[in-house]
Amino acid sequence: MDNIILEALLWIGLIGLISGIALAVAAKYLAVKEDPRIAAINDLLPGANCGGCGYAGCADYARAIAEGQAEINLCTPGGLACMSNIAAYLGVAATAAKKKSALVLCCGDNDKSKKRFAYNGISDCAAAHATAGGDKSCTWGCLGYGSCARVCPVDAITIENGLARVNKELCIACGKCVAICPRRIIKMVPVAANIHVLCSSPDKGPLVKQACSTGCIGCRLCVKFGDEGAFVMDGFLAKVDYSIPVTKEEVIEKCPSKCIQRN
Amino acid sequence: MEYLLLVISAVFVNNFVLSRFLGICPVLGVSKKISTATGMCGAVIFVMTVASAVTWGLQKYLLEPFGLDKFLQTLSFILVIASLVQLIDIVMKRFAPPLHAALGIFLPLITTNCAVLGVAVINMKEGFGFFKSTLFGFAAALGFSLALIIFTGLREKIDRAAPPRCFKGVAIALVTAGLLSLAFMGFNGLVK
Repeated sequence: MDNIILEALLWIGLIGLISGIALAVAAKYLAVKEDPRIAAINDLLPGANCGGCGYAGCADYARAIAEGQAEINLCTPGGLACMSNIAAYLGVAATAAKKKSALVLCCGDNDKSKKRFAYNGISDCAAAHATAGGDKSCTWGCLGYGSCARVCPVDAITIENGLARVNKELCIACGKCVAICPRRIIKMVPVAANIHVLCSSPDKGPLVKQACSTGCIGCRLCVKFGDEGAFVMDGFLAKVDYSIPVTKEEVIEKCPSKCIQRN
Repeated sequence: MEYLLLVISAVFVNNFVLSRFLGICPVLGVSKKISTATGMCGAVIFVMTVASAVTWGLQKYLLEPFGLDKFLQTLSFILVIASLVQLIDIVMKRFAPPLHAALGIFLPLITTNCAVLGVAVINMKEGFGFFKSTLFGFAAALGFSLALIIFTGLREKIDRAAPPRCFKGVAIALVTAGLLSLAFMGFNGLVK
């Protein structure tokens, strides 16, 4: 009896020992020599793996930086602190990129823009959009089926009364919602800007009025009363030129359809 | 013909996931996206084939001659497969970086997963020869991949549909797995 137990212990110990030695030898002699800077830069990055920089995760971005293929200011979650850390480590000058966040350019929730028909297909914006142009009266506005909210890696997007809203404190500007929105109404805007035209309909005034009670009707009042050049007309749709800071906040009151809002 | 039947049996009739219920954990774990599922399949096929071959050698030349196969089989199989997979991981990282990038993260996940150990034990129980063991390991992994990919496809579709709220997530996934398993029961009796 003792003999069997001893024998078993011996054999398992032997197999374990051989495997262990083989692994240790392999780890020692087959180790891949990586640029030590890659690991160091990777440690400086936030590790969110959001892909906002355009690379497949933080490790990939760190490799690109170490190989000199990428700028160091692409990481939005890390922001200024992360960039200056990397700049200090690599000994290069830091050039700030403006911090941005996503914004849904629509403010017509279910009360303001009614449904044209009852859609009961799968709960996905692309599918709803493909069904006779979507169930919303406004064919340009947010459908509210939450494709953007599902793709958001940090849960910064919520759907409120059929309208997607981005929490800009949480947003890391990875751009995934911009890419997935079938109506292309999510844009990246500077975080510093706080006045926006929340409408994307290029239709003429009467058509917009029919579809939504809060759409931009192209009245040009914001161009007239706002700061010089801060609001520009694109056909019948007012847009904000984010290179010019808005100081005259009375445009919010002036807008007859209340689609110029603070965010 | 014998080999063909063996493959059909392992892939369809005695499918590892759906009728032997081995390797359920990765099937539920990585079945959210087709891209990760295919990576997992690649790793499983690789590991199960290699593990079948190696454990056959271990059984034949070490355990059986010394009369240890009755009680040391499971332990020694786990030990050897686990270290072998680690070794392959290191070698692959050095000599085949693209392959490592595709399979790398899945390899440690399935070191001695129950399907991998299961195929080794079944090989010994059935008394397969070296080639047959390896082939059976490969075919069993193919069956695993088939089940995983079908299941992932279904789950991707279900994600976009609207099941009742109480069924959302794992609940509906388990119901789906059960139905899929029922469907595979239809192959019963095709091969003995």
